[in-house]
Formats: sequence, C-alpha cells, structure tokens
Amino acid sequence: MNRAIIAFLLALLAIPLAAQDTMPPAPYAYNQLDDPALEAQASELMLTLRCLKCQSQSIADSDAPMAGDMRHQVRSRILAGESPEEIRSWLVARYGDYVSYNPTISATTWPLFAIPVLMIVLVAGVLLRRLGKRRDAAEDAA
Amino acid sequence: MIAELGLAALWLAAALAVLQMVSGAFALKGAEGAPNSLAIFARPAAVVQALLAVLAFFLLLWAFAITDLSIKLVATNSHSMKPMLYKLTGTWGNHEGSMLLWVGVLALSGGLLAAFERRLPERTMGATLAVQGFVGLGFYAFLLLSSNPFERLPVPAIEGVGLNPLLQDIGLAIHPPTLYAGYVGLSVAFSLAMGALLTNQVNPSFARVLRPWVLGAWVLLTFGITAGSYWAYYELGWGGWWFWDPVENASFMPWLAATALMHSVSVLAARDALRTWTIMLGVLAFSMSMLGTFLVRSGVLTSVHAFAVDPERGSFILALLGLYIGGAFTIFALRAGAVAEGKRFSATSREGALVFNNVMLSAILAIVLLGTLYPLLTEAFDVRVSVGPPYFNPASAIFAVPMFLVMAVGPLLRWKEDKPARIQFEVALVAAVLIAVISLVTILGDYPFLPVLGLGLALALGVGALLPLRGRKLSRVPVATYGMVLAHFGVAVSLFGMACEGAFTQERLAAIAPGGTEQVGDFAVKLESVTPVAGPNWTAIEARIAVSRDGGEPVILSPQARNFWSPAQATSESALLTRWDGQLYAVIGNQAEDGRWQIRVWWKPFVTFIWYGGLLIALGGVLAIVGRVRVDVKRRKAADMGDERRADIEALDAAAPVPAE
Amino acid sequence: MRNRIWLWVPLAVFAFFLGLAGYMLTQEKDQFVESTMIGEPLPDFALQPAFAGLPGAAKGDLVGGGPRLLNIWASWCLPCIAEAPQLEALKEQGVEIVGIAIRDRPEDVANFLARHGNPYTRIGSDAISEVQLAIGSSGVPETFVIDAQGMIRYQHIGDIREDDVAVLLAELEKAQ
Repeated sequence: MNRAIIAFLLALLAIPLAAQDTMPPAPYAYNQLDDPALEAQASELMLTLRCLKCQSQSIADSDAPMAGDMRHQVRSRILAGESPEEIRSWLVARYGDYVSYNPTISATTWPLFAIPVLMIVLVAGVLLRRLGKRRDAAEDAA
Repeated sequence: MIAELGLAALWLAAALAVLQMVSGAFALKGAEGAPNSLAIFARPAAVVQALLAVLAFFLLLWAFAITDLSIKLVATNSHSMKPMLYKLTGTWGNHEGSMLLWVGVLALSGGLLAAFERRLPERTMGATLAVQGFVGLGFYAFLLLSSNPFERLPVPAIEGVGLNPLLQDIGLAIHPPTLYAGYVGLSVAFSLAMGALLTNQVNPSFARVLRPWVLGAWVLLTFGITAGSYWAYYELGWGGWWFWDPVENASFMPWLAATALMHSVSVLAARDALRTWTIMLGVLAFSMSMLGTFLVRSGVLTSVHAFAVDPERGSFILALLGLYIGGAFTIFALRAGAVAEGKRFSATSREGALVFNNVMLSAILAIVLLGTLYPLLTEAFDVRVSVGPPYFNPASAIFAVPMFLVMAVGPLLRWKEDKPARIQFEVALVAAVLIAVISLVTILGDYPFLPVLGLGLALALGVGALLPLRGRKLSRVPVATYGMVLAHFGVAVSLFGMACEGAFTQERLAAIAPGGTEQVGDFAVKLESVTPVAGPNWTAIEARIAVSRDGGEPVILSPQARNFWSPAQATSESALLTRWDGQLYAVIGNQAEDGRWQIRVWWKPFVTFIWYGGLLIALGGVLAIVGRVRVDVKRRKAADMGDERRADIEALDAAAPVPAE
Repeated sequence: MRNRIWLWVPLAVFAFFLGLAGYMLTQEKDQFVESTMIGEPLPDFALQPAFAGLPGAAKGDLVGGGPRLLNIWASWCLPCIAEAPQLEALKEQGVEIVGIAIRDRPEDVANFLARHGNPYTRIGSDAISEVQLAIGSSGVPETFVIDAQGMIRYQHIGDIREDDVAVLLAELEKAQ
C-alpha cells in the first residue's frame, strides 16, 4: 500500500515549488465570512466542489492555489447574495459535472442511483427468501 | 553477495511453490485415508518456501540497513545519512520492496498453515496448499520477471536518492506492513475456501480452521486502516480523516468483505449454515485485496502523478487477478451447486441477525465498489464524473443504519430460533436511547441530518453492545464473547467520534498578527510569534500559538510550514492539542502582504474516539482469537489425552496374554 | 432447489470489470479537465495591465476584427517557457494574442517577457484566477480561440508544441 500512500500524500498536499507562484492568496481563500450563517453555507458548498488540480480532494481540503481561488469565488459570491446552488451551476457550466461531488441524476450518472435502488430490492429479496419462510427442524436435512 | 543470495532464495522459493502446487494437487487423487504417495511433499515445500521467502526479505532489509548502493532499489530509494528507522521502513517504501514483503508474508502464512494445521482432512489440506502455492507462484513470477528487488547497478551509486520526506514518518513503519499482512491473511482464507470447495468439505470443522485466519487478517486490516486514517489526519493539514479516496476505498473494501466473512464463518462454525455464502465471501475478500493492489499500482484511478503509473505492472496484476479470481469464481459457479444447503433457521435468531448484517455489509461493499469504479467506467466513454463523500455517505448510510440497529440487539438473540418477546426490554431500551438522543440533539441545535442520526445510533449501539454481559457472571463469560462485546462497543465509540466530528466541529480561519487572538469554541488562540527553524532536510517557519480554554492556563502549540529541498515540497505540520473530549488542530499558513499570518484552527470534539474505537475493534478481534485458540488447544489436548489413553489401553491389551478362547 | 444461474453472477460481474480495466489500461490517460464553455460567449471581464509595458485586457478587446488567441499563462509556469517560441511563431503568422497572467507580479511578467519574448498585444493581470475560472480553464498554460463575435471556439490545454501551431492556425481559420 506504500505506493498508495505516496500517491495519496503527494496528490493531496505536495505542490512542487518550482511551479508555484509567490502571490498572496485571494482575500477569501483562507479567511472566513463574518456572518456565521453565510460561512456555513459556503463551507458546505466548498466541501462538495472538486479541486481541479488535485486528485480526489474537495476545494475545502486543499492548499493548491487554484483551490484557494475557487474558495474565494464561492465566499465572495455567497456574500454577494448568490445561493450555493447558483454557484454550483455556474461552475458546472464551466467545468461540467466533474467539478461537483454532489451527485445529480443525469444521463451520465443515473447508474449511480439506479444500482443502489436495485440493490435495496435485491437485499429485500434475499432477506425475504432466507429469513422470510419459517421452517421447522424436520426440514433441516439438506 | 546479499543481492545474489536473496535472488537465489526467491528462485528456490518459486520452485518450491511449484512443488507445493503439484504435490498438493496429487492429494486430490488419493482416496481419503490412503494418501497419494506424491502428496507428502506439499507441507514441507510450504514450510521451506516460507523460510526462503522470509530470508529474501530479511536480506533486502539488511541491504537497506547497510545502504548497499550497488543495489538499484537501495540507490533509488535510500540515502546513507537517513536515520536507521527510516532506512528500515524504506525497504517497503517502494514497489519492489513492498511486493517482496507481500510475498514474504504470503509464504510465511502458507508455511504456518502447513506446519501447524492438522484438523483438516488430507485431501482438503492438499487442495488448500495447492491453491496457496499457485497464488504464491504468480507473485514470485511478478517479482522475478518484472519487479526484481535485488537488481544490481552496473556501477554502484555514490549516494542514494533518498526517501520521499513525507514518508519519513512513523506511520510508514506501522500502516503498510499491517495492511499487507491483513491482505495476505485473506489469501489463506481464499486458499482454504477453495480447498474446501474443491473437496466438498464446507462444514463446521472447516469453519473452525478458517476462523483464526479470518479474524487475524481482519484485526490487522482494522488496525492498519485506523493507523492510516490517523496518519492522513495529522499529515494533510486540513483535519480530514476520511476522504473516500480510491486508495482509501481500496483498503476499506477488503475490510468490509472480511467483516462479513468473519461473521458468516461464525455461523458456519456454530450452526453449519451459510455454507455457499461463506465460500463466496472467502473468494470476495481476497479479490478485494487484489483489486485494491491493482487499482493503486496500475494507476488507472490515481494516475495524476507519474510515479504511480505503471501500466505494465498494472497488466501483470490484472492478469493475476483474472487468473485467481476469475478461476475461483468459475470453480465457485461449477461446484457451489454441489455444496449441500446448510441448516435452516428462523428470521428471529442469532443467525437471522447475522445474515441480515452480512447482507447489509455486502450491500455497502457494493456501493463503495460502484462509487470507486464508476469514474473508470465513464472514462471509457470519455466522460469524467466525480464521486465523493456527498455520494458515499448517504448511499452507504441506507444500508449501514439498519445494520447498526440490528447489530445493537442481534447478539442477544439465541441461535436457531428465538421469540422476539424475550428481548423486548432490551429492544425497548435501545430504541429509547436512540430516540432520546436524536430528539435531544435536534432540540439543542440545527445540525446536519446524518451526524445526528449517527450520534443516536452510536449511543444506542454503545448500550446495546454491553447488553450481552447483562445478568451473566462476568468471570464465566467466554473470552471470545468479551471480544465480540468489545469490538461492537468499539464500533459505537468510533461512530460517536465520527458523528461528533461531523456535527460539532468548529472552524476558524483567519489572518492574525503576532500578539493577536482568535476564538474557536471554548479556546482563546493567541499567536505569540512566528520564527524560522531548520531540520535535517527542510527549513520551516514555526508558529508559537498559546491556547487557553475558558481562560485557563495556556498551552503552547507549534505548527510548522515546512519546505523540503530534496525533493522540493511544501508541507504543513499540524500541531495537536489532545483533551479527553476532543482535539484542537492548528496549522500555520502563509504570510499575508500586510504582515499578518494565516492560521487555521479547528476544535474537533471527540474526534479521537474515531481511532480509539478502531483500536477497541482490533482489540476485540485479538480477544476473540485468544478465546477461540484457547478453546481449540484445550479441545486438542483433551483429544490427545483420549488418544493416549486409548493407545495405552491397546498397548496393555497387546501385552496381555492372549485369552485362551 | 436452488437456481444455479445465480452462481454465475459473480463471474459475470468480475468478467465485466476485467474487460473494463483491461481496456482502460491500454488507453492513454489524459488528465485534462476540458472547458464546457466552447461555443459559449466569452464572459464579461476587465483586467488591469499585468505590467507597465502593455495595456490590460477586457472582453471588448477580444470582440470585433478577426479571431484571436487568448493565452492563459504565468511567469512562474515552466511549460509557459516551452511554448514561448510557438507563440512567437503564431504572432509572426499575423495572429493577435491576448494574454492573461495568472497570479503574477508586474516585475516577474516584465522579466519573463524580456527573456522569452513578447508575443502579446495586451496582457491582463488575473491575481485571483477570476477570469480563468470564468472561462473554464483549469491550469496554465491554456490557449483559447475567440472569434470576432467574442465566442469561445476552441481550447488547447497545456503548452503549445510545434505541431500544435498548425492546428491552432486551422482553428483560427475556422473561426473567421
């Protein structure tokens, strides 16, 4: 699993210094909104947006500069009165479904929802079959 | 010399794996009681092979310890000036070394099985060893043909490249070897399941042989995942402890399968039911281990970074996966129909509860598998999707919630058949706790739905887990039962930690000047100073943060932002303040233009319970093993004594003058 | 009697996975996140000059006349150095290139241009990746073809190699 760890750690936090800018982060990249209710909205949204420069990490957990700039976008738009879902669709219009971790049913994601539903049916079926019928000891002989 | 010796040991071990496989297969030809004369080599071959593979691993370890730079692997992954601990752990901090560790543990467990397991019929044992040899052979081939750890450099290197600084952590010493041993333990379960299936010996005595291996592997996986989660938590600098990352899922899926297997093995051992299902899970658990290895090393999912991508290795592992798991499922489809159905039982019985939880665990496994592989599927059609926590959390909760509910009261049920009325008090108690907690938390504040539900379930399960001890004389309760109680209680503890972290975490991100104070939860956080510091291969800025709770005595925390220079990487070293009721997590960030420093601080109530719970679960598993093995040893001793007495009597009879008749 | 068909289900599922994984192993893995703004109008923006030598950039500067290239780059980005000669070649073919410098400082921009050449007619400074996010770009360097109506017509991700020059010229031609 150590490759895994290398991949995992590097993917998540290592930023090669050679390709990093020296600019300070955007104002709202690392600063919260003053209004706790708005901040809560923003942070809930940020946890469900994908950092495009990282491997499977939300923008709320990343030090990548672009994640910081995306956080700034989210916070400043929330402050300007946009709703989280408006911001999400703004980003999805630019990067496609890939940018959002929040699953929505679409032509490309329906199996993600269909299969669990199918599984509930299957699970219910298996349980009914195994457990539903009562049998007495006489039938035990296999 | 070291390298040549190691390589020779590996080739010899591979040859012995062939012998083990062939000889084991001959056991199938002999009738029971009249063993085939060619079958006798399987056991010794497995034992000697184990010694050779372990020797090869220790030789590599030695090469790393003395930093033998004529070996390519050492030169590319180690450095003469590294501390000894990291030299040693660096042995498995790379692809080849970790595969050698894998093979070493595989051979060792095969050797232990061959040396000490005497309960199985010889034919089943032969088949098991044949399968084990076959699995081992594939991995020897992988090592020797495409990932030779002992490859020499034409000219020895002057100095090694060094180990990735991020891996120079005690985490590397603990996390990968335990996970590996867990994965490989499941290979023994796989071989045993195949052996039993091939010889149609799926019965309680087989289950009792299988159980310690499954329990052992499960304990190691539990411990490995717990350690890995904590490692990621303090290393990554954002306070996250589980991301549903493909790599994490790769270790979680075998655990789910092993958990299901462990419970179904218990049913098989105690009640001779769930025969086919247990075999199925045995195959599934190992296939999840191999699948994880494939996903991680082939780079099909984590290939943003060039170091993980190696399609050639990927195809080799995929071929092995196809061979073993494809073969096993084929044999399963052909032979499982011949396995007689086990004993029946009613829905309200211990078995009924275990079946319910088994099905739920399998459903969660299916969800995790689907979510992990789905991006792979859409990428085949050039569509990229993201599947993350917002999908995994609710989708797995659909099945986890009923599972926790049944888990709280299931152990109270009797085997075979029980009347629900008998445990109505306990059910009412657990339900009352659940409802009380959920309504209380809902009244107190506006928290997200899943954490609140989790909190209620955790407390209800915590109460439920202890109920099997109620009304029993504690000194007479079997050790294995204590193990179960402890493990179930550990699940409750862990769930409590997760729910609290999810519902009550307080976050403060701010830019503050030295001398400035911020408030997070009950804590006043004062940035006292920021100073540069230097380590052996890094420079850093270190913050001195004085933290005081409710105006109490301040405690100093020193988070760092490090810059490593070989290779050039920036990392955040978080500083943790652990209290019984949670952890304060502090990170220092960049300096803003105006001279203020970015800090981020979290107060995470009861977050430590996540890992305490994990440790309790693993400890419960250890108790279960101890309890089972003790009973087994006692039973064997009694049987041996009986045999001895019988032999004595026979000897006496033989010595006695033949009665004149 | 149990239905034996069920016993084949695991094998079938596994075979499907094996096929998929085998197929994906042979596929070139591209890590690029493509913009879904192709065919959409350029969003409104107005950026300050990135350094004293050239004017800043706004949407209006990319509308009217002929098609142009919009180059997203930064002085701290190594592949941007690699693509400098190709941008120069495009400029010599008469292509107008508007630059957007991401998270950059004026002195660094000036240094970079002095060292690696200046193919731009204007460079806007995007210190917080605002415009970059607005057009669906996820890294540096990226190059967009913008037609005379201000529509985004094509996206090139990564540095422009020698053989990409002809592709970009063809795309510019198509955008006429």
